[in-house]
Amino acid sequence: MSSLRAAIPIQTSRLENGLLVTLSPDRTAPIVAVNIWYHVGSANEREGRTGFAHLFEHMLFQGSEHVAANEHFELIQRAGGTLNGSTWLDRTNYFETVPSQQLELALWLEADRMGRLLPAMTQEKLDTQRDVVKNERRWSVDNQPYGSWWEKLPALCFPPSHPFHHSLMGSMEDLSAASLEDVAAFFRTWYTPDNAVLSIAGDVDPDEALELVERHFGSIPRGNGRPPLAPMAVAPTFGAPSREVVADDVAVPRVFLACRTPVFGSQGYYPASAIASMLGTGRGSRLHRSLVREGQLASAVSAFTFDLSKGSDLLVIDATARPGVSVEALEEGIVSVLDELRRSGPRPGELDRVLAQTETDFVSSMQSAGDRAEQLSRFATYHGDPGLLNEQVQRYRAVKDSDVRATAAERLGPDNRASLVYVPRNGEASP
Amino acid sequence: MSAVVVRPVPGPSRPYRFPSFERITLPNGLELIIAPVKRLPLVTIRFVLDVGARQEPRNAAGLASLTASALAEGTERLDAGALAEEFELLGGSLSTYATWDATHARTTVLSSRLEPALSLLSEVVRLPAFATREVERLKEERLAELLELKTEPRGLADERFASFLYRPTSRLRIQEGGSERTVGQLSVDDCRAWHTAQFAPSATALVIAGDVDVDHVVSLTSDGLADWRSPSTAVPGVDDGPDREYSSVRLLDRPGAPQSELRLGHVGLRRNHPDYFDVVVMNAILGGVFNSRINMNLRERHAFTYGAFSAFEWRRDAGPFLVSTAVATPVTAQAIREVLTELARMQSAPPTDDELTLSTSYLDGVFPIRFETTDAIAGALASLRVLRLENNFYDTYREKVRSVTAQSVVLAAQQHIHLDRMQVLAVGDRAHVEPMLSELSLGPTSIVGDDDE
Repeated sequence: MSSLRAAIPIQTSRLENGLLVTLSPDRTAPIVAVNIWYHVGSANEREGRTGFAHLFEHMLFQGSEHVAANEHFELIQRAGGTLNGSTWLDRTNYFETVPSQQLELALWLEADRMGRLLPAMTQEKLDTQRDVVKNERRWSVDNQPYGSWWEKLPALCFPPSHPFHHSLMGSMEDLSAASLEDVAAFFRTWYTPDNAVLSIAGDVDPDEALELVERHFGSIPRGNGRPPLAPMAVAPTFGAPSREVVADDVAVPRVFLACRTPVFGSQGYYPASAIASMLGTGRGSRLHRSLVREGQLASAVSAFTFDLSKGSDLLVIDATARPGVSVEALEEGIVSVLDELRRSGPRPGELDRVLAQTETDFVSSMQSAGDRAEQLSRFATYHGDPGLLNEQVQRYRAVKDSDVRATAAERLGPDNRASLVYVPRNGEASP
Repeated sequence: MSAVVVRPVPGPSRPYRFPSFERITLPNGLELIIAPVKRLPLVTIRFVLDVGARQEPRNAAGLASLTASALAEGTERLDAGALAEEFELLGGSLSTYATWDATHARTTVLSSRLEPALSLLSEVVRLPAFATREVERLKEERLAELLELKTEPRGLADERFASFLYRPTSRLRIQEGGSERTVGQLSVDDCRAWHTAQFAPSATALVIAGDVDVDHVVSLTSDGLADWRSPSTAVPGVDDGPDREYSSVRLLDRPGAPQSELRLGHVGLRRNHPDYFDVVVMNAILGGVFNSRINMNLRERHAFTYGAFSAFEWRRDAGPFLVSTAVATPVTAQAIREVLTELARMQSAPPTDDELTLSTSYLDGVFPIRFETTDAIAGALASLRVLRLENNFYDTYREKVRSVTAQSVVLAAQQHIHLDRMQVLAVGDRAHVEPMLSELSLGPTSIVGDDDE
């Protein structure tokens, strides 16, 4: 890698029960990060149980055979660590960063809940977390302007039969229906060592760490294999434009425009990711220049990829209208920026600027043990190869103007645009 | 299954020291704060100026923020687009902003690009263009943000609550970035005048953290910044006293809202208060860590909310102390009652040993994790300067946290939480919430609009 003195050291092994373990020692500070990815997310939920993967993530903090409810938080914070978990469409992660002498505590806690969760599950805990999650939904979706975009955009971009179509946060009805039997079945099916990746980054001796991993995780039995997902494949483009208008309690219009793009980590992903930066990262980007600074149609713009690893990724443009600007004018502005890139391709030097920022951001993120462990888990889960982390800068560097031009031609056209449009419920620009 | 039931015991901890740094003042008053951190080939460059919203005239509220934002929109040499491209070419992104206490301009680049990045960032701070078109646009964007805020309950509650605490004549009564009225009056000439009067080398520190040598940085700055001169301007005093010496309730109506955003608190303490460490530990126990009294009560015991926390905002002037949460509408009054109960309990029931050590061990142990990146280290060094902390502040932090006792925690709660002048703000559905609030009889209740002054 050009900018790092040496590649990030990465060591990979697999326990007999199938648990994939990746290690990346860096002994400059007495800090170590533990990160587990379970290859399960909202895509794996069954009919009538939307939101369950996320509710289940909450239950993992409610104790296990040797750990009391909320004691996981208590023990890690008492150890001087930080921790959390998160649920995504196709994975759920749990992570701790702790002073390095507390590595074993973090491993033991993760192993106790991977191996012995169910003895601690009670109806009362489930009822409490159900209410907490309902409040999380109110807080992040229902009582938040534009808050429903997280569930409306995937619904617009994937057909109803597709595992990415339904809401990650789930409906209130489905959350109410979740039972202890669901908890047990979900745990037995998905929370198994052979469906997980454990990454450890920071101040560790790899041999000692592997011995601890074997001691705490080695006896957890393998699962029965992943049940097949419903078919994930979709056409590379939508085939026709689509548009959904949402009247909401908002002050100004906002547009989310999505295009289907090649999945995370694939050959085609890198030009698509570079296009997202070119369009919407920073004050030098095309959308900022055209819509914010020159056209003054938008007060804020960004563009990013969802980084989905199955079926199709999405490249999303997010633009908030300036007061008094119609949603149609804003959409026209976005479309003309997309068309310009399709027509003329990158300008001289434009791709170099984008890649220079990407490289700095990548090296910068490697400073944090937690970020490093998270990236290892990502590449190990999606591609079976955490070593891909060391190839990212080169893969971006390999993108050429012609790749950007080809990807823009294939993926940014009118047949591959889905727009989710928020407008003020009481007409334009009334608060 | 043969489970491992013996809980792991930690081995000895490895020593950690906050990175050592040098502070050097150039003849023109500019201070260099340099921390060599040789881990990855990165460097963070950060100008920090003692130019904050606190020192603005009340009627020009928002001027420090507008001026700071405008720094990124072009220099005498480069227009806005060209400047953005220059930073991108170096692989950096430029961030400029003002807080209550300071103006910041920063970027992080690969250390091989230190020299051009430092030169470009210096140009941004010293020679901004203040083009009329860009400044007027930034004003419009701030006004748009204020308009959007009216439909955003969380941000609205934060901003309105922080303002209500202070006297109507104080600058602190208006939010950090200014109000519709004050921002509407600002002009490009105001930005120019503010820059000329306030951006003096003696009011500035240049913080550099990363893969650099001190001597090299000093030689670069001696070449590039030594000729920077301008008069220093006296900073007026700030009125950070509380507006009301009695408790009161305000309700901002959001018809049909499924949750009430709640804020409870009052004016807190200045950062240089001698009880700082006692208050930090007390707050961690009260509402700082996940297993704090307030979060355990409201989230895990009652399931009223996704989360509840308390905080003291530490600034040169006395910032707010507040408890913050969002609860389901029907339990609004119950939730307020539980918060008040916890505040009172903090003053009467000393923390158990478990509670005390949870918070002190957390604050002690998490300390190195806070400074993993060059950006975080540069930020900590900027705080040292802006808040006038001792040079050994970071070296003695952990020991001072550990020496806080149960007794000093209770004393801190008794002296610095004022139940007789709690200000409560609810942003929620008035039809449901107003009758509940009046039953609480906390003090006079008023209905407030969403206008920002």
